[in-house]
Amino acid sequence: MSLTKLRNPGLWITVIAVLLLGLWPIVTQRASTREEIFTVLLSVVLASSLNILLGYTGYVSFGHIVFFGLGGYVGLYLIIVQGWSLWPAMAAGGLAAGLLALLLGQAILRLRGSYFALATIGINEAMRAFINNFEPFGGPTGLSLNFQTYNAYGGAANALWLIYYIVLILALFNIVLSYVVKTSKFGLGLMAIREDEDAAEVMGVITPRSKTWAYVLSAILPGVVGVLFFFKNGNIEPPQAFRLHMSIELLVMVMLGGFGTVFGPALGAVGYQRLRGLLLTSDLFKNIQLAVAGLLLLLIILFIPAGAVGWIRRRFPILRRYLP
Amino acid sequence: MILQVSGVSKWFGGLKALTDVTFSLQEGQILGLIGPNGAGKTTLFNVINGVYKPNEGTVTFRDVDITGLKTYEIARMGLARSHQIVRPLNDLSVRDNVIVGACFGRENNALASAGTIADEVMEFVGLAKRADQLAGSLNIGQKKRLEMARALAARPYLLLLDEVLAGLNPSEIAMMIDIVMKIRERGTTIIMIEHVMQAVMSVSDQVLVLDFGKPIAFGTPAEVANDARVVEAYLGDPSLAAQLLAPSSDQPEQDD
Ligand SMILES: Nc1ncnc2c1ncn2[C@@H]1O[C@H](COP(=O)(O)OP(=O)(O)OP(=O)(O)O)[C@@H](O)[C@H]1O
Ligand SMILES: [Mg+2]
Repeated sequence: MSLTKLRNPGLWITVIAVLLLGLWPIVTQRASTREEIFTVLLSVVLASSLNILLGYTGYVSFGHIVFFGLGGYVGLYLIIVQGWSLWPAMAAGGLAAGLLALLLGQAILRLRGSYFALATIGINEAMRAFINNFEPFGGPTGLSLNFQTYNAYGGAANALWLIYYIVLILALFNIVLSYVVKTSKFGLGLMAIREDEDAAEVMGVITPRSKTWAYVLSAILPGVVGVLFFFKNGNIEPPQAFRLHMSIELLVMVMLGGFGTVFGPALGAVGYQRLRGLLLTSDLFKNIQLAVAGLLLLLIILFIPAGAVGWIRRRFPILRRYLP
Repeated sequence: MILQVSGVSKWFGGLKALTDVTFSLQEGQILGLIGPNGAGKTTLFNVINGVYKPNEGTVTFRDVDITGLKTYEIARMGLARSHQIVRPLNDLSVRDNVIVGACFGRENNALASAGTIADEVMEFVGLAKRADQLAGSLNIGQKKRLEMARALAARPYLLLLDEVLAGLNPSEIAMMIDIVMKIRERGTTIIMIEHVMQAVMSVSDQVLVLDFGKPIAFGTPAEVANDARVVEAYLGDPSLAAQLLAPSSDQPEQDD
């Protein structure tokens, strides 16, 4: 990885766009805007992470939210029961998610296509059932934070801003990480796997190893932001932590923006959350938002399978260099 | 001896695709592998490069027993191949396709040096102008050359070419044969599956003939061309076979 590669304008346009979006609530100092953008930035992290597996490697994970939920549980357990502070708990949440991916990778990355996708759903459901019965994590009632905990971070109001800043930094970091991975030898191996796994092996790509690391890499940051999300939330319960429909929404975001591109998942996350925000104000759509997400996914796959950024890249090959 | 195949048999369910195949190959040679459709030629490649594990027998590559190793392990030891049915990485550029070959093959190159090798190899096979095009957008002749370029970029000791001439027009065939000869001059050993008889007979040092999975002849092109069993195996039509094989005897490159 040479530093000259980081001079790609497309990367910095993406970073600056997300940064401006993230600075907006800080400038206006409005909590409601902050909450809205927080959700968007969280989605940027989750969608960009998923993209490493889905977009670069070509493995569809329907249960990616399991890493978010597990990270949240591990983090909150350490904070509430063990009295850890937020920082090491975040690291531990990311580590736990990465470890889970490492173990699962050995088992299910041998499956291809829809078999892998099905297995990931199974894992999310199995994890939910397991934690439902896991006493240290509070079983079905989950874990709740004592309000006093926020005092160590300057009170609840300050803590919310602090968490917001961290998520903003993670979102920016994740975009740079996506780019670095995509332009690395490791990333090239992943894309070879996506295009034709057998041909990649014949050319010497050590596919089990590459796939496993892609899976681990795509799991860590969701684990970290899981800790932040549930720390901010104040409590965590199994149904909240392992919401399958969030996995599907993440797929929509990646597909909408353009899978396999650096900018796409971020754009898709912003676009989808924007759309969802509009729909949620309507009572009718509130109840059928998942159906809307599903329909949207279907429409994208049918009509713009490459997603917005992918479509532009194909339509205007000259821009390919600027839209990594 | 760069490659030693000993007593290899391969079944697909009840079908015996390879029966007791034994041969060895000297470094720097071109071995032509011929035989009627379904004779087991591609299967033999698949056994050599680890796609299939043979039911019986062993494959030794550069004095290492590689039977049952993974394809990527074998690739990294310096064995590259092209596919009969081309397998371009469609959504990657031609250049990136070739870089994959250079990055993950024998030399385990870093991206930057792999890029240099890719540029050189694309020039060599005549794809330099297509470098930034998506591989999926190439025509069949170009895709065949891409298969070749990816394999070459790995700088293999042994190169397996599976019908790189099939589907090409005469001028493309001439160009491809020229490339094959140049590769051999660089010291790379080649096994070449081919139906274009004139071509394979003119470039090969040795020819192995498979029929229904069994090796029925092994020798110089001239020896094989005059083998009655080979002539018989080919379409059961001796005159056609003779016609196909004849030009080999008056090729000047033949003496080695
Ligand atoms: N994966 C497989 N499963 C079952 N049968 C197979 C498989 N691969 C090859 N075969 C069978 O094995 C036999 C040999 O096939 P192979 O592809 O090796 O022939 P070939 O000599 O390469 O023929 P061609 O000249 O047509 O390419 C054929 O009968 C084929 O149908
Ligand atoms: Mg074949």
